[in-house]
Amino acid sequence: MGALSLGNVTKSFGKNRVIQGVDLQVQDGEFCVFVGPSGCGKSTLLRMIAGLEDVTSGDVVLDGVRINDLAPARRGLAMVFQTYALYPHLTVRDNMGLALKQAGVSRDEIRRATDRAASMLALEPCMDRQPAELSGGQRQRVAIGRAIVRRPKLFLFDEPLSNLDAALRVQTRIEIARLHRDLGATMIYVTHDQVEAMTLADRIVVLRAGRIEQVGPPMELYRNPANTFVAGFIGSPQMNFLRAGPLGLASHTLGVRPEHLALSRESGRITGRISHVEMLGSETLVYVRSDDHGLLTVRLFGQHDYHVDEPVFVTPDDAHTFHFDSEGLRLR
Amino acid sequence: MNSERPALLLARHSVFRGLAAHAVLITYTIIALFPVFVIVINSLKSRRAIFADPLALPGPANFDLVGYVTVLEQGNFFRYFLNSLTVTGASLFFVLLFGAMAAFALSEYRFRGNTLMGLYLALGIMVPIRLGTVAILQMMVASGLVNTLLALILVYTAQGLPLAIFILAEFMRGVSSDLKNAGRIDGLSEYTIFFRLVLPLVRPALATVAVFTLIPIWNDLWFPLILAPSEATKTVTLGAQVFIGQFVTNWNAVLAALSLAIVPVLVLYLIFSRQLIRGITAGAVK
Repeated sequence: MGALSLGNVTKSFGKNRVIQGVDLQVQDGEFCVFVGPSGCGKSTLLRMIAGLEDVTSGDVVLDGVRINDLAPARRGLAMVFQTYALYPHLTVRDNMGLALKQAGVSRDEIRRATDRAASMLALEPCMDRQPAELSGGQRQRVAIGRAIVRRPKLFLFDEPLSNLDAALRVQTRIEIARLHRDLGATMIYVTHDQVEAMTLADRIVVLRAGRIEQVGPPMELYRNPANTFVAGFIGSPQMNFLRAGPLGLASHTLGVRPEHLALSRESGRITGRISHVEMLGSETLVYVRSDDHGLLTVRLFGQHDYHVDEPVFVTPDDAHTFHFDSEGLRLR
Repeated sequence: MNSERPALLLARHSVFRGLAAHAVLITYTIIALFPVFVIVINSLKSRRAIFADPLALPGPANFDLVGYVTVLEQGNFFRYFLNSLTVTGASLFFVLLFGAMAAFALSEYRFRGNTLMGLYLALGIMVPIRLGTVAILQMMVASGLVNTLLALILVYTAQGLPLAIFILAEFMRGVSSDLKNAGRIDGLSEYTIFFRLVLPLVRPALATVAVFTLIPIWNDLWFPLILAPSEATKTVTLGAQVFIGQFVTNWNAVLAALSLAIVPVLVLYLIFSRQLIRGITAGAVK
């Protein structure tokens, strides 16, 4: 249970078409991440799956049943929101149990389900508190607990970590990954953060302007990006795009990840001048401005003593380059 | 020493600003409250004292409760009060209920003509309802509602709705859409979402609208005079007119009646005021 399929799904607001025909199969038990820049339609797509937005055309099918016109509550899915969206007037326990109560489940059953979710998320001490008394991290755990309690076929996450601070974000990310392993449920997760996408996903769906650019496991997208958009989106810091002409290459654009650019004071294929240096301890990011290629990011491991305005040479590692044509499509 | 100086200047500056602001506000309060003050002190004086020295405070020499005695003995003053309370209470209830519902629909649902509908409903803020008095009277006569409290309730509900919808719609747009969507996914009906999730969150706005709706209705003389002047349906403001004659005016009674009429509004205002301040400053101070 929990296999989702989207068949040529579109969405228009008036004349404005925001989802331009999306086809996607999500397997049962899969962790699927929608990623893309803001305004790419990833949240809209998620809300269409949830039933919070009408589908203009196409089919949304869950477990072989077309759910286009089903009310959100009857689709058998649960959703976790960016702003937690806890009911301010209910205690944590009642927040978690509300959906079951609406569905007419007995009180004992609700108590068992909420207790189970609370123990999974270490929320036992807060069960009788109001949401206002909880910290941000706890609130998001309650929101996740509210989803778990319903035992949905499909979990939907709408940027659940965006409102948390950096440390909590990592912690909650690990918790969500563990939850997916424990529950084995199908999850669809929307984020604009490619680190979350890379670390959580079984499969990543990269979206741009309402279209799927590429679908695949994280490492597949990292190693074999289909175009410059995916190549630039997956991987941090971003891939460098060099003009192929000045390097004497036949393709239009050459993509090189920051770790595959060698930096030298003596010699190299590209000349430039250092514009900024970021020392992170385990690695050093050197930003080099080159006349031919603009700003390049070079990632060096360990600590290096480079200074702003120093003239340097940069050389791409030919074994790890990507070639793209003038349309941005990958040449193989 | 040097480093303290700017802070000191800043502090002195803000003390001055605070004093100036308070001076302005206190002046305004005095001007606004002065007529009320004059009404209340004179209501406690004898008729001769009122005319001899209208600004004198009531003291042993001129103290007289004759106005209050007249008001409470003569006429159906208790009934007028009840009428006013009924009309104001019922109108307020309907304005808040229907206003909030319309505002929810306008802010929450996308439908054809949404903006146009919002503008149409807000138009009433600019067009005074009294322009339609003749037509309203004809309608009330035709439907046999003249001299009923219902006529007043209907008119006041219509009068209060535009502002209520305008203010509440703005506040409801501010309610997290995630929260409403969470409710939908949990299987709450749109009514439950409206009554249980959204309304409690816009309570400050409701209080604001309540006060702005309440005061003109309570104080209105126009529609009671035209639509419900019968003895059984008189409101307090209309009832007080009994004492104003063409040739003789019983000032003691008029002033006493007006003083009494202030009390309920004051009570309701105190109830709503905490919420009101939050409503007015919402967004500005956060």
